[in-house]
Amino acid sequence: MSLLDVEELFVTFGRTAAVRGASFRIEKGETHCLVGESGCGKSVTALAIMGLLARGGERRAKRMEFAGTDLLSLSDRAMARLRGNRISMIFQEPMTSLNPAFTVGSQMAEVLTRHKGGSRGAALERAIELMDRVGITAPEMRLGQFPHQLSGGLRQRVMIAMALMCDPELLVADEPTTALDVTVQAQILRLLARLKREFGLSILLITHDLGIVARVADRVSVMYAGEVVESAPTSELFRAPQHPYTRGLLACVPVPGKVQREKPLGSIPGVVPTIAPGFAGCAFRSRCSDADMTCEREIPRKAAGATHDYLCRLAPRDVAELQPA
Amino acid sequence: MNAIEVKNLRREFAARSGLFGPQKRVVAVDDVTLSVPSGSVLGIVGESGCGKSTLARLILGLLAPTAGSMLVDGQRVADLGRKARARLIQPVFQDPFASLNPRRSIHDTVALPLAAQGTFSRGEVARRVAAVLDRVGLSAEMGTRMPAQLSGGQRQRAAIARALILEPRIVICDEPTSALDVSVQAQILNLLADLRRELKLTYIFISHNLAVVEHVASEVAVMYLGRIVERSETDALFRTPRHPYTQALLASVLTPEPGRGVPDVGLGDIMPDPANIPPGCRFHPRCRIAVERCRVEPPQPMVRGEAAMVECHLA
Repeated sequence: MSLLDVEELFVTFGRTAAVRGASFRIEKGETHCLVGESGCGKSVTALAIMGLLARGGERRAKRMEFAGTDLLSLSDRAMARLRGNRISMIFQEPMTSLNPAFTVGSQMAEVLTRHKGGSRGAALERAIELMDRVGITAPEMRLGQFPHQLSGGLRQRVMIAMALMCDPELLVADEPTTALDVTVQAQILRLLARLKREFGLSILLITHDLGIVARVADRVSVMYAGEVVESAPTSELFRAPQHPYTRGLLACVPVPGKVQREKPLGSIPGVVPTIAPGFAGCAFRSRCSDADMTCEREIPRKAAGATHDYLCRLAPRDVAELQPA
Repeated sequence: MNAIEVKNLRREFAARSGLFGPQKRVVAVDDVTLSVPSGSVLGIVGESGCGKSTLARLILGLLAPTAGSMLVDGQRVADLGRKARARLIQPVFQDPFASLNPRRSIHDTVALPLAAQGTFSRGEVARRVAAVLDRVGLSAEMGTRMPAQLSGGQRQRAAIARALILEPRIVICDEPTSALDVSVQAQILNLLADLRRELKLTYIFISHNLAVVEHVASEVAVMYLGRIVERSETDALFRTPRHPYTQALLASVLTPEPGRGVPDVGLGDIMPDPANIPPGCRFHPRCRIAVERCRVEPPQPMVRGEAAMVECHLA
């Protein structure tokens, strides 16, 4: 049984469809990346799972199960007991997700006393232990500090330590390194990889950065205009991408050491279309060089491998055919 | 000829730690010397707080230097009036959501630098705006829209049009694609490359993304806590980085190659603080090869191998 099983998730804000039938699974101990550009629905997907959609947002799904528990039928109170406890979340901007008016120690301790009870002293002990585990030096001193006294990298470490207070099974990380310098980003990603091993964590990592995906993900789901357009084990996605959007995205990334300065970078023409109610067919067709009339009809999901599927009318192509022209 | 000549440039800011704390002097740009040949692209890289944006603002004349000299197109920046400076050098900033006036149409925003010069007829302004919008890939219809009606990429095209309308020689691009999605980033980088070739522009290109800098720059300067610690031809810098900081920066780039994991860049947990610059080599607390000499004696600029300049005792 998968730890998290999401099937045909839809999220709407009024007449706008933010997520349109997204399905994916996360196995125990796996890092699953949702990758896509702004507005593709990757963050909304995470918030829908956590039951944290903004006012006006509505979710429905065929199935949404966490460790056998049906998340769709959970009451708000039961969901609140799960959040921060068995599923926890870290966000892009650690400054805005920490409370500026409380010390690091009191915020960390509250997570544990709220969910598991016990004394504040014991909770602070646990906070010190976890800060040590995430590589914060002099944790006793940090307990008494306020978030503004910490650097960006340190704040993100505090966020991670806080997310681990209750020993969660699933960590949802939404662009956890986007606000950080590249050097700090590498440190934080290494830390997440180590914690995944040590704590047996499963991670749902949301990012726009294909470099991060390649280096940390076990499995990838590529999102475009609210749909998962391709899903595959990481090595397979990079070796034999099938969906024209995935291939376009990979061509856009300049790779150090392989730069040909006089040649233009690959780019995807046009912009993401607005999805009006009643939209049918492939959302990428207006930007796709392979599009034809049939792309306006419903698109079948095709298999390119045992655990590799994509949403496009084109037949799977092998690696040789996929070399860039 | 060099489009930009900067010598021993220094800029200090007054800063306080806390409301009543003692006043401190923060040196944001410390003794920077560089030159940019006409028609080339100088990339500037470094972490946040390294002084790269302050350097850009000094060269643009938006900030006055504390010491040092700057020549732009052979003329002293300090001697140029605002209008003359605007005809010579123009900026493109990171966030096209913040850099365009939300209450002004794209056409009016792009026309403003021309109008401010005060020497162009209405017909001439309209003709030039239409030409530059077309050149950056925006339709005339886009000109009638407000910034909120445009996507991020279209807004950055508008910002580039505004920078080019006075036909400057030099454009300072400060993180021009950092706020954009990768597919749009590629469109904007390709546009900037085309414009440079056709209009014979000189760029200073500031970015924290080394892969982007490698793609656009002919020469790269690496900044650390206000100083340029290494400067080199782009290919040489990426092939054989000399400074341990440059090496760490390059190591931290995550290329889309699965299975390689995340490298240990070995910089430790100490973050650089411009208000507390360490003695000796300012990089030594994070340097994994630092020796006793690095803790006491600041390295002088030197030539090593292919690097035009590197500041490291051990390079």
